[in-house]
Amino acid sequence: MFLSSKNRWLFIALVCFLPLIVILLDIANNNLGADPIQTLHIRLGDWSLRFLWLTLTITPLQTITKWRKMADYRQMLGMVAFFYASLHVLVYILVDHGLDWHLIAIDILESPYIWLGVLAYSIIFALAISSPKFGKKLLGKNWKKLHRFIYLAAIAAIIHYYWQLKGNMAEPLFYLILIFLLFGFRIAVWIKNRQLHKMMIPSTRKIRVKTVQRPLEVKKTTAPSKSIQHELVIEEVDEQ
Amino acid sequence: MIIKTHKDIPSSDITDPLIFKQRRQIIKAMMGSLAAGAAGVSASSALAETKSVWTDLPKANVPAESLIATPADIVKNHTNYYEFTFNKTDATQLAQRLPTDPWSVEISGEVEKPAVYHLEDILSQQSLQEYIYRFRCVEAWSMVVPWIGFPLMNLLKIAKPLSSAQFVQFTSIYDPKTMPNQRDNAMLEWPYVEGLRIDEAMHPLTILAAGMYGERMPKQNGAPLRLVVPWKYGFKSIKAIVKIELVKKPPVTTWNKFAPNDYGFYSNVNPEVPHPRWSQNSERQLGSGFFTPRRKTELFNGYGSQVASLYSDMDLRHFF
Repeated sequence: MFLSSKNRWLFIALVCFLPLIVILLDIANNNLGADPIQTLHIRLGDWSLRFLWLTLTITPLQTITKWRKMADYRQMLGMVAFFYASLHVLVYILVDHGLDWHLIAIDILESPYIWLGVLAYSIIFALAISSPKFGKKLLGKNWKKLHRFIYLAAIAAIIHYYWQLKGNMAEPLFYLILIFLLFGFRIAVWIKNRQLHKMMIPSTRKIRVKTVQRPLEVKKTTAPSKSIQHELVIEEVDEQ
Repeated sequence: MIIKTHKDIPSSDITDPLIFKQRRQIIKAMMGSLAAGAAGVSASSALAETKSVWTDLPKANVPAESLIATPADIVKNHTNYYEFTFNKTDATQLAQRLPTDPWSVEISGEVEKPAVYHLEDILSQQSLQEYIYRFRCVEAWSMVVPWIGFPLMNLLKIAKPLSSAQFVQFTSIYDPKTMPNQRDNAMLEWPYVEGLRIDEAMHPLTILAAGMYGERMPKQNGAPLRLVVPWKYGFKSIKAIVKIELVKKPPVTTWNKFAPNDYGFYSNVNPEVPHPRWSQNSERQLGSGFFTPRRKTELFNGYGSQVASLYSDMDLRHFF
C-alpha cells in the first residue's frame, strides 16, 4: 500500500472517526432537522451497524484475497462499532430520557425492538471488554466461542432496526441482504471445509478390545497358581 | 459540543419553541416580569414576516391551556406524506408538485344532499377559526400546531346525514402523476383512506383545516384541506381530502389494512396501550432543546375530558 504501516493505522482511525466529527459539527450548527434526538439515534445506530458489518466482512475478504494482514484491522473495526453503539445507548439514556430510569424501564419493557437492541449491545459489550490480549489469554479456548456471538449480535441489531420502523423497509433490507451474503459465505466455507476434511483424512479407525485368557507361566520356584493373566489385544478393524 | 439548556416555563406540558424562548429570555432579562405578554408579542411579530392570509382569526373555544405552538419551520419540514416519500424532510419539496387549485370535495353516501363542492365555496360558507392543538404521532413524537379550520360537523350538516350513516370515510387525492409512491404502488394501498365513527366525526374538536400559522395550508402538510382529530394518532388526520362519504359500515382504513395488529381503527392516543413493537408511554416534543425531558403521553392526548365519554363502554385495549 501507499502508506507505511503506522500511517495506515492512523489513516484508518481517522476515517473511522470521521462520521463522529460530522455528527458533532451538525450538532454545533443545529443541523439535525426537526427531530434532532431521533436523528442522533439513527445516525449513531447506522454507523455502529456499518462498522459491525465491516468487521464481519474482514474474514471473507481475507479468504478471497489471501491477504492475511487484514485480520489486524478486524479487532479495531469491531471496537469502532462498539464505540458508536455505546454513543447510541448513551444518547438514549442521557439525552432522550434524561436519566429518568422509571421512564427508561417502562420504555424498554414495552418496546420489543429495544429488547433486541439491549441483546445486541450486551453481546458487543462483552466482546469489546474481552477483546484485548489479556482477555484472550484469560478465556483461552472459550474466547473464540464467545466471539462467535457477534453473529447473534448482528441479527439482533438488524431486527432492532426493522422493528422501530412504521413500515418502510428499504435501508434495513440492504443490511439484511449484506448479512445473508456474509452468512452465506461462511456457511459455504464451512461446507467446503467439511468436504475437504472427509477427503483428506482416512475414515476413522475403530478399535476392538479383546481379552484373552492365558495361564500364567509358572515359575519353577513357586507353587502353581490358579491366577490368570489377562492380556489385552488390540486389533485394528478397517470399517468399510 | 454546544449543549443548550434552559429552564422551562412552569407548565410542564408545553412544547417550548427554542428560538422564541431564547428571545423571550433576552426580553425577560431586560424587562423583568413582562414575560407573560412577551410570548404573544414575539409570536405575532414573527408571523408578520410571513405572508399571512388569515389574520386576527378568532380563537376557537377549545381547551388550549397554555399551549405554545411549535416553531412553524419544524412543522413544515417534518411530515409523513408517504404518497411522495417515506422521508420526513423530502416531502416539503416533493409535495409542491401537487396541483391544489382548483380543488373540489365530494360529499356522498348516506346523506340527503350528496354534492360536489368547490373548496372556495366551502371555505366562504364556514367561519374559520384558529385551533391550537397537540399533534401526537404514532411514532412517539409530538408538536403543537395552530390550525386554521372549522368543525367537520358544520360541513356534514349541510349534506344532511341520514340516520343510516354510522361512519365517515375520507379519501385522499389519487394523483400518480405527481405522487411517486402512488405511481410505484409502494407499500400502502393508494389512495389513502381514513375513517371515523359518526359521533367522532360530529365532535366539536374534530376539524377540517385549510391552513396553519395564519397561512394557507402548506402542500406538504396536507393542502388544501385536511382532517385534524387531536385525540387520535396523527395518521388518522388524513391529508388532501377529495371525498367524504357517509357509510353504514366501518371503513377499511389504509394503515389498519396494511398492519391490522399495529394500527387499529380507533387509534386513540393511549399511553397504556403500546404499539406491538414500541412503547407509547412518553413522547419527544419537537422544537424542545436536547435536554428537555420527554412528555408523558396523556390518554386521548390530553383531550379526555371532552372525548372520553365517546368510549365510556369500550375496552380501549381491544378497540385500540
